[in-house]
Amino acid sequence: MSLIAGVVAVQGDVEEHAAAIERAAQAHDREVTVREIRDSGIVPDCNLLAMPGGESTTISRLLHSEGIAPEIRDHVAAGKPLLATCAGLIVASSDAGDDRVDELGLIDVSVERNAFGRQRDSFEAPLAVDGLADDEPYPAVFIRAPAIDDVGDGNAEVLAAWDGRPVAVKQGSVVGTAFHPELTPDSRIHGLAFFENGSADVPELEETA
Amino acid sequence: MSETETDLEELRRGTDLVKRGFARMQKGGVIMDVVNKEQARIAEDAGAVAVMSLEAVPADIRKRGGVARMADPADVEEIVDEVSIPVMGKSRIGHTKEAQILEAVGVDMIDESEVLTPADDAYHIDKRDFTAPFVCGARNLGEALRRIDEGAAMIRTKGEAGTGDVNQAVHHQRTIKGAIRELEGMKHEEREAYAREIEAPAELVHETAEMGRLPVVNFAAGGIATPADAALMMHHECDGIFVGSGIFGAENPPEMAEAIVEATNNWDDPETLAEISKHLGKGMKGDANADLAEEEKLQGRGV
Repeated sequence: MSLIAGVVAVQGDVEEHAAAIERAAQAHDREVTVREIRDSGIVPDCNLLAMPGGESTTISRLLHSEGIAPEIRDHVAAGKPLLATCAGLIVASSDAGDDRVDELGLIDVSVERNAFGRQRDSFEAPLAVDGLADDEPYPAVFIRAPAIDDVGDGNAEVLAAWDGRPVAVKQGSVVGTAFHPELTPDSRIHGLAFFENGSADVPELEETA
Repeated sequence: MSETETDLEELRRGTDLVKRGFARMQKGGVIMDVVNKEQARIAEDAGAVAVMSLEAVPADIRKRGGVARMADPADVEEIVDEVSIPVMGKSRIGHTKEAQILEAVGVDMIDESEVLTPADDAYHIDKRDFTAPFVCGARNLGEALRRIDEGAAMIRTKGEAGTGDVNQAVHHQRTIKGAIRELEGMKHEEREAYAREIEAPAELVHETAEMGRLPVVNFAAGGIATPADAALMMHHECDGIFVGSGIFGAENPPEMAEAIVEATNNWDDPETLAEISKHLGKGMKGDANADLAEEEKLQGRGV
């Protein structure tokens, strides 16, 4: 029996997340079946969930109009793991500083959209991230990326910072990154969020043969 | 913090990964043509993933005739300041300077577009020199792979812009997908010969065959005028949708824009599509592709 991994697929780089989840699962000897979520009714079946990069205004709008938003809140309330990247982090935050984004409030942080500038300022760089499988820096890709402005009451733990600004956080079963771990073959962030996430509830199914 | 230290000096901009990554973030989304900041606001509020800023929508360019050029950079800047989503801009084919100007005003992606009058009969822009990513049109696999070889981070179909007739976008998408299916069944040496035949780099031909798709994001563009048209292009395995004259040429642009966004997400759900398509008012009038004279067609520009 395999775990059900959901990838929110209303907009953004969905296939990339699906492939990264499969790589991370393989590295952890777990079996997953990936399902794309464009409609309500699928999230409740999922053991783990990814919210991809894309445009936060578009994703937020469709999550609410399709009735997926409350299901994601329930998923996290049940202690199941969620990885939210870039636009996903903006949507998962408690304050995106923009009326057009209806935040899910799953991580107590405020974010600044496009904090590093426009596409011409987008970059890739090796990034030190806490809690990764080994101490090698992570090849992080920042695309019109947000940064975390304020970690509020400190419920969220900062895992990485770029130029003094937090860019990866963990709060309970939720991991959020301002960069795109799904764009590189290195699946350690997905591994951390789903299979080494001490605060998340993932059923122990029998290992694959 | 971790044992290793982050070194800010190791940052790299404008790499293939960063350019193609930007294009990937647009997937499943709708990119809308806008000519001013008011239209850009309507597009963003309707859920567009990006806007394409241009001087006139293709239907008006077609009607007006004459030389079509890059938009006034001041107008592009106004749009850049108005919305938080990415802003794209169109340069003429082969017009390196228009593209550099667009990059300088901060557009997030440049469309080297056949909708404008080509500046160079023989060569496209060397897109590898830019930090900004490019999108280019293609009617077939050879064109698509030549543009990718020049540095394009996104390919779109070259459907007849400004006609409101989806026929040619479908034709190009089918041609490209059909060629990829054919490639998948070929042996190595057959692919080499095929690469020569379609005048594309062999390395990209092999990569495409192994991936079973274009190595970059592939959008639909040209003639998409209704939610059903957008859904049709998603059904044909496009990664997302460009809509030009179809929104602001319609009777009720905000509703049409929103409906096309929803249809792109619900493309495989006919009942939802039916709901989305109701009471949208008149779509753009359009011109059937079959009625156009050869010299009126834009898609043959820049091959």
